[in-house]
Amino acid sequence: MSELITNLTLFVLAGFLGYSIITKIPATLHTPLMSGANAITGITLVGAVVVAGSGSTTLATALGFVAVVMATVNVVGGYLVSHKMLADFSNPGGD
Amino acid sequence: MFDLPEPVLSLAYLVSAILFIQGLRDMTHPRTATRGNFLSAMGMFLAVGVTILWFEILSPWVLIAGLIVGSALGIGLAVTVDMTEMPQLVGLFNGFGGGASALVAGAEVMEVQAGGGSTVLPLDMAVAAGASGIIGAVTLFGSLVAAGKLHGVVSGSAIRYTGEHVVKAGLLAVAVAFGGYLIVQPDLLSAYLHAEWVPSYWILILAASLLGIALVIPIGGADMPVVIALLNSYSGLAAAGTGFVLGNSALIIAGTLVGAAGMILTVIMCESMNRSLTNVLFGGFGEQASSSEEMDDMYEGNITETSPEEVEMLLDTANRVVVVPGYGMAVAQAQHAVSELAESLTENDVDVEFGIHPVAGRMPGHMNVLLAEADVPYDMMKELEEINPTFSQTDVVIVIGANDVVNPLANTDDSSPISGMPVLNVGDAGTVIVNKRSLSPGFSGIPNPLFAEDNTLMLFGDGQESMQECVNHYNDAH
Repeated sequence: MSELITNLTLFVLAGFLGYSIITKIPATLHTPLMSGANAITGITLVGAVVVAGSGSTTLATALGFVAVVMATVNVVGGYLVSHKMLADFSNPGGD
Repeated sequence: MFDLPEPVLSLAYLVSAILFIQGLRDMTHPRTATRGNFLSAMGMFLAVGVTILWFEILSPWVLIAGLIVGSALGIGLAVTVDMTEMPQLVGLFNGFGGGASALVAGAEVMEVQAGGGSTVLPLDMAVAAGASGIIGAVTLFGSLVAAGKLHGVVSGSAIRYTGEHVVKAGLLAVAVAFGGYLIVQPDLLSAYLHAEWVPSYWILILAASLLGIALVIPIGGADMPVVIALLNSYSGLAAAGTGFVLGNSALIIAGTLVGAAGMILTVIMCESMNRSLTNVLFGGFGEQASSSEEMDDMYEGNITETSPEEVEMLLDTANRVVVVPGYGMAVAQAQHAVSELAESLTENDVDVEFGIHPVAGRMPGHMNVLLAEADVPYDMMKELEEINPTFSQTDVVIVIGANDVVNPLANTDDSSPISGMPVLNVGDAGTVIVNKRSLSPGFSGIPNPLFAEDNTLMLFGDGQESMQECVNHYNDAH
């Protein structure tokens, strides 16, 4: 049960932290924020790696494989797309 | 793979979390945002790398194949995407994140059920898995529908049918019931109902998937900013839920940060339309088209048309110009012509700014990324609160492809569907030029009295062509 309490603590604190940071982000960056946040959601890849790699049953391995593909698309695509957009913002007038 | 001591894994996750947080903090300014994105990516690389080294990987080829296929797809999509297709791509990525989380939670549930010899899941794990499964599946299928609408594959209008709320409530009830089954572990029930015989998690996923479709189908295209932001939040929450299932701190922290980010954007979007989230999700906005008599009464004899030549003359004498873009600018791909016009005006010492409504376009910040791509400097882009007080000192406002966000009825007509919505008060300016294809109403379905005002000139035509003509005339004259 103590692990649950620790996890709940992390959840609540991260929620407050996220709120205080995100409210400071200007509207102009909301799209890159979303795609960047999206890429962070790909953290579930960590879980997918464990499941795909250690799957004792074939079904679990297959599920893990699909999860790894989806999460990797999310991570790689998300960061690249955010970078593409942010480069436009930080370098006006040039390419 | 390697014999790393336990704290190494936890410490690596802590460093990842710090990198994610600093990455988000850097997003508070366009100058540092690129670095923030890089830090965040480093955090991800660290977390995944350490995980691969730490856990015993029994089937490395499955993992490697998955990483290669996923990377190839991700790179392919990111490189080929057009800026105007960004909303659907972001929507699609949201869905993948949610789907992956739901699958990981499911695979873990199966492992525990298969390995323990008992069908009983720990209580907290069952609750987390149920939540992660429902949210993740809703996110995946809701996002697919949203992306389909934005891409024009699925009808962008609000598809309504009788009994739709019953269908949604029913699907949710089924999903929650099987989540409850996962938690309660009905050993009390007869033997053939034991969890190992009932794929309760997958029935939950099926019901939640259908629910995701049913939730988004009735929502109209212009409400997609809210939907995309909300699904963004859900994808984070699903990851956090999966973190609880696996007992993984990296997933909990990162998932919750994203959940908070998406939720804040959702709230901002709703406030910018003066509508509640419930109204956006279940209200069926934009179906009440106004009668054509009402529009004729308002517009008949009151519409003044203009031409690019006349626009040039107006701009010639202007000291301050504000451009108000809307979704129509994205559709017409007019951002480059608009940017060129702004540049020419600036070169001739005209003060130019862009007034951007929070819900203009199809996702939060949509107009800003389009304009940034067209090399408009970010300090020219102003938010609603900033730009509104300046309209009275503005000589010319150019409204391009926007309608509801500049409709004065929001301020004056209490019975209007957009009543109370903060709008850009462009009518305060000397002259308003509205570039639109026709007088057709915006998403709210109501006519716009701005078009009939004495100081409004209508420049009918395609956004890109019209703006390009204005630029050409202006450049010829200077």
